[in-house]
Amino acid sequence: MKFFNFHLMPYADMDVSLIREHGSAWVTFPNRHYDPKVGAALYNRYLDELEYADRLGFDGVCVNEHHQTAYGLMPVPGVMAGALARSVKRARIAVLGRALPLVSNPLSIAEEFAMLDNICHGRVIAGFVRGIGAEYHSTGVNPAESLARFQEAHDLIIRAWSEPGPFEFDGEYYHYRYVNLWPRPYQAPHPPVWVPSQGSAETIAWAARHRYTYCQTLGAIKTVAGFFNKYREEADKAGYAASWDQCAWSTTIYVAETDEQALREAGPHAEAIQNEFLRMPFEMLLPPGYTSLESFRHIQPDMIGKPQTVRSLNDAGVIIIGSPSTVRERLAEYQELAGFNTALVKTQFGTLPADMTRANMDAIAREVLPYFQDARA
Amino acid sequence: MSHAVTTRTLGGVRIKLMRGGAPPGGGAPLLFLHGAGGASAWLPFMDRLAQRHDLWVPEHPGFGDSDTPPWLKRVEDLAYYYLDVLGELDLTGVHLVGHSLGGWTAAALAIKDCSRLASLTLISAAGVHVHGVQRLDNFMGNPEQTLRGLIHDQRIADQLLAMDVPPEERDRQLKNRFTTARLVWQPRSYDPYLPPWLHRIRVPAHVVWGEHDRLFPLRIGEEYQRLIPGARLTVLPGCGHLPPIEQPEPCAAAVLQFLDGVEGRA
Repeated sequence: MKFFNFHLMPYADMDVSLIREHGSAWVTFPNRHYDPKVGAALYNRYLDELEYADRLGFDGVCVNEHHQTAYGLMPVPGVMAGALARSVKRARIAVLGRALPLVSNPLSIAEEFAMLDNICHGRVIAGFVRGIGAEYHSTGVNPAESLARFQEAHDLIIRAWSEPGPFEFDGEYYHYRYVNLWPRPYQAPHPPVWVPSQGSAETIAWAARHRYTYCQTLGAIKTVAGFFNKYREEADKAGYAASWDQCAWSTTIYVAETDEQALREAGPHAEAIQNEFLRMPFEMLLPPGYTSLESFRHIQPDMIGKPQTVRSLNDAGVIIIGSPSTVRERLAEYQELAGFNTALVKTQFGTLPADMTRANMDAIAREVLPYFQDARA
Repeated sequence: MSHAVTTRTLGGVRIKLMRGGAPPGGGAPLLFLHGAGGASAWLPFMDRLAQRHDLWVPEHPGFGDSDTPPWLKRVEDLAYYYLDVLGELDLTGVHLVGHSLGGWTAAALAIKDCSRLASLTLISAAGVHVHGVQRLDNFMGNPEQTLRGLIHDQRIADQLLAMDVPPEERDRQLKNRFTTARLVWQPRSYDPYLPPWLHRIRVPAHVVWGEHDRLFPLRIGEEYQRLIPGARLTVLPGCGHLPPIEQPEPCAAAVLQFLDGVEGRA
């Protein structure tokens, strides 16, 4: 199994009761709560952590994109990936992902990945996402066009990376007289494409057809297993057998000496991300058109955002918290159950401070990585 | 007033059509274009209009029980659609009345071709933006918050919220919300290219507005009045964004009084 250190870069050094009072950390959470001095320190701390992950032996580091939120401070993830492209010496650099429909010029995303891929000699992984529903409030892009824009932007970027230019592109949303990328990506024909999703059936089928690595975000392991099996079924339908390398599970791991100690230490920070940073009204999360009308009819408001405890998250296998042996056993069990060869691990989560994050990273590198990294490639 | 509900294909789309009032040939045709909430039911407001007119209330393509054609992406598409429908039905001397989204559609239709119209009435119409005017975001609140923002008199909001909504009506409301978002999300509920052409409206025009409309504040109604030559403005005191629902009687009276004037009955 491969281990990637996934960083959300939350605005961690804050009083999370401010989020509770406002109702959400997204879209309308007033930016007077952002202190640039605090933010500057956090950015540098988080970059240090990802560089440390590289030295500890993680196979990759991940950043992602979210807008107008204290949940994650990376509206432009390429800035973070660029900062890491020269300081992360060995690990892969994954941007999971860029939100294609949110930009009016998707070629800028093709250019950004191509530059990164050149600077780090082909270690870039290109994640493609639609952005979450809240981002259609914060960018103004019409959620009804989200899926069609995503697919068209994807087609444009792949062609720009792999076809000789200049050529003309005339889509429904994007129009170019000249597509002629300088630079071309370092990897040929292009960087690996990974597709993070919360489990939309359309996205799983689409990723499987394109043989892109499917990354499951936020899910209980039994649900995750269902999604990965669905991916393999879709691959079968497309006429090939998908390998476990094509499935990546995004989770949180926290290791301490005993299970009780780990739960006690991680508890408030794991609950902060789940119950505060992720909190948002139904209408913010799912603007009309972001899903099809048919899918939307099956979603009920009470399915979203139920408060969780660290124990309920841990018991459901959303996160893995415990002693070294517990974490190893559960990860092995989950890998067998769901069938994946990449773990996208948040070693920092919610309000977890720097010293505890470092200790957790050390513990994972010492107690977990060596037991898995050689197994099943 | 009695009315008939039919499903028929108009302009190539299978739509629901409510029609009532004066027998054909009796009163002048009045085409009412509904707002984002749809036209599931025949309202007391419609009953009043139908006392004097041959009232046509189609449910827009993409709304309620009407089909959703693949070409429906902008309010402009609805405007061209209804121009086609007027031609297909060969209606002339039509009083065109639109509320909210339907008002925007009516204005967009009228700037293209007024030849089949006798008059234009815009009630709390979307479509025009006035820089700096604060508007409610009706896609961010839950259904109760949204309704309370649209209605000024909260006792009426209480009554509406207490009504039992059957599942099939909930389904229609959801469909209406999806289609509305597709049409108005960006720019939010207006067309920057509409105002420069409102001068082309050459039929008598009437702008009717709720004094306390928070979705499209009165300043927007005043802008419509300023831009449409000779337009008259009627403000409904103590009313929010939904005059046909919140103040059916005063709203219908204002509409009918103006139409009487147009027809020389005033």
